[in-house]
Amino acid sequence: MTSTPVRIGFALTACAALVVACSSSQPAGGNGQTPPKLEPLSALGNGEGQLNLITWAGYAENGSNDKTIDWVTPFEQKTGCKTNVKIGNTSDEMVQLMRTGQYDGVSASGDATLRLIYAGDVAPVNTSLVPNYATISSFLKDKRWNSVNGQMYGIPHGWGANLLMYNIDVVRDAPNSWSAVFDDAGTYKGKVTAYDSPIYIADAALYLSKTKPDLGIKDPYSLTPKQLDAAVELLKKQRENISEYWSDYTKEVQAFESGTSVIGTTWQVIANTIRTDNKVQVNSVLPKEGSTGWSDTWMLSAKAAHPNCMYKWMDWITSPEVNAQVAEYFGEAPAQTKACEHTSQKDFCDIFHATDEKFAAELHYWTTPQKQCVDGSGDGCTAYNEWVDKWQQIKG
Amino acid sequence: MSPGRRIGLALLLIPPLVWLVVAYLGSLAVLLVSAFWTTNAFTGAVVHTFTSDNIVRVVTDAVFRTATVRTVSVALVVTVLCVVLAVPMAFYMAKVASPRVRLALVVAVTTPLWASYLVKAYAWRVLLSPEGPMSWATGYSPGYGLTATVVTLTYLWLPYMVIPVFAAFERVPDSLVDASSDLGASDSATLRMVVAPLVFPGIAAGSIFTFSLSLGDYIAVTIVGGKTQMLGNIIYGQLVTANNQPLAAALSIIPLAAIIAYLLAMRRTGALENV
Repeated sequence: MTSTPVRIGFALTACAALVVACSSSQPAGGNGQTPPKLEPLSALGNGEGQLNLITWAGYAENGSNDKTIDWVTPFEQKTGCKTNVKIGNTSDEMVQLMRTGQYDGVSASGDATLRLIYAGDVAPVNTSLVPNYATISSFLKDKRWNSVNGQMYGIPHGWGANLLMYNIDVVRDAPNSWSAVFDDAGTYKGKVTAYDSPIYIADAALYLSKTKPDLGIKDPYSLTPKQLDAAVELLKKQRENISEYWSDYTKEVQAFESGTSVIGTTWQVIANTIRTDNKVQVNSVLPKEGSTGWSDTWMLSAKAAHPNCMYKWMDWITSPEVNAQVAEYFGEAPAQTKACEHTSQKDFCDIFHATDEKFAAELHYWTTPQKQCVDGSGDGCTAYNEWVDKWQQIKG
Repeated sequence: MSPGRRIGLALLLIPPLVWLVVAYLGSLAVLLVSAFWTTNAFTGAVVHTFTSDNIVRVVTDAVFRTATVRTVSVALVVTVLCVVLAVPMAFYMAKVASPRVRLALVVAVTTPLWASYLVKAYAWRVLLSPEGPMSWATGYSPGYGLTATVVTLTYLWLPYMVIPVFAAFERVPDSLVDASSDLGASDSATLRMVVAPLVFPGIAAGSIFTFSLSLGDYIAVTIVGGKTQMLGNIIYGQLVTANNQPLAAALSIIPLAAIIAYLLAMRRTGALENV
């Protein structure tokens, strides 16, 4: 019989061998400098009969939430592509889901797109196979979040701003500044809510860029370590007044309806849902400091099992009628310029500044923070993984 | 043993052995190994180069330490609460109640296990809501937070404590209790010196369930925990939000170590020898 120390020694050696055997010096996937070389589809074939999508809530409605809201069923009837929809709650979750390789496409925001492109998770898109691409707003084409060297990696869907929502029966002074959830959050102590994602740090940074100009924040996604710390400090103070963080949009709906939260950041679609339920009265505004926002792109998985169906979907969702429907339902500006002729509310595109290039330029779209500052101001910025660590520290 | 029986025995044992080694120990090994890898900071893809940075961070970072202390405390408090609630209840069920009442109680304790975890957790979310039924009925609600998490977890795991303790009480022969009191021991002395040692293994078995289940839980806390986070949320955050699988793997060694420590402590008390 072997003695215990010898046996432990054997076990440790075996473990070490396992570690060494499974490690290698080659970096896996893209190296973060250039995306892997992938060829876009050259010609469209017949639909494969099925389509698996990852989308934001409200982007692919099949009538199950509201019988009158349905643009998936007509798509299925027209193309024969049976569509399965998986809701992604955060960009990070979407990236994670796309890496499983089980989905054909995703409605990716700017803080997910580059990560997907550079890791080789999504394929370049041949825009000539998507006829509706031609009339999409020109200021959404060939942008830093959806293309690399002039090659599009998807079809723009729509864009919008993160809004400030409040319960009008409790919050009576009609706030129009983000200070309501930062410096003045104490007024509604224990009733404030915030988005549960590291990208929310950018909201604090945007607020600081207006209220503390000496910090020198120009772009909320390009933060030096000092600026990041200032934003984190602000969020730690905010935490004392937070009731809950939300990432699941149904959780925010429920929190407002039960009175647990009365003020906080939101999406238009959440405000719409609360209004439809009609249990509490809420108002949603774009505060005077401006806002962070999103610009979403439909992307095609590099491992898509049903690429033809995905191409058909990208054309369908950006067709004027459907793009108008989804934009009105979600509460965002449609990417399709012709959609403005099909909205049920006639001045919808004006309200959302859909074709207003200048307005679009002033929103701070979600972008993945990188060491190489995303606004091009140098390489002294903080990367997304640092933001994640800081976010966990904020939550304590 | 005849060759035929030997083959039969082998066929019987191979599937569970394969399951144990490949699926069970194999996944643990992969976890341990991936804790030594790293990720590409930008794309989040796993890079297979050896580094001990993750382990060092897990041990030194203050956030992880606070979350660990909080999580282990919650698990211990939940376990203690479960014991406090389960022991008198199991005693009544096994020794006092008539067979009919006993059956009714066993059904009552186990029925909640039929309902989905999420349904039960959301039921507590509604119950504990600041303007919910509890504050309406009693004028008090702990609101969402750590207390609500402990209450919800205690509710969720209580059956796992009641059933083994009930079984342990049932196995204590009435004759021993009678003999003890015939020999002049007081009721409390009988309870302390005769019943308690016989029931303790049942409590230990139940506590392993309640402790480990609470330690790994991260869903109840997102539903009723308000703004608090547990170790499970941090692991989930590193895995899904940060897409940092190696750090998540390194972090999950903490609950693994806590469980092993707990099991060793239980073994020391001798509770595991005749379960």
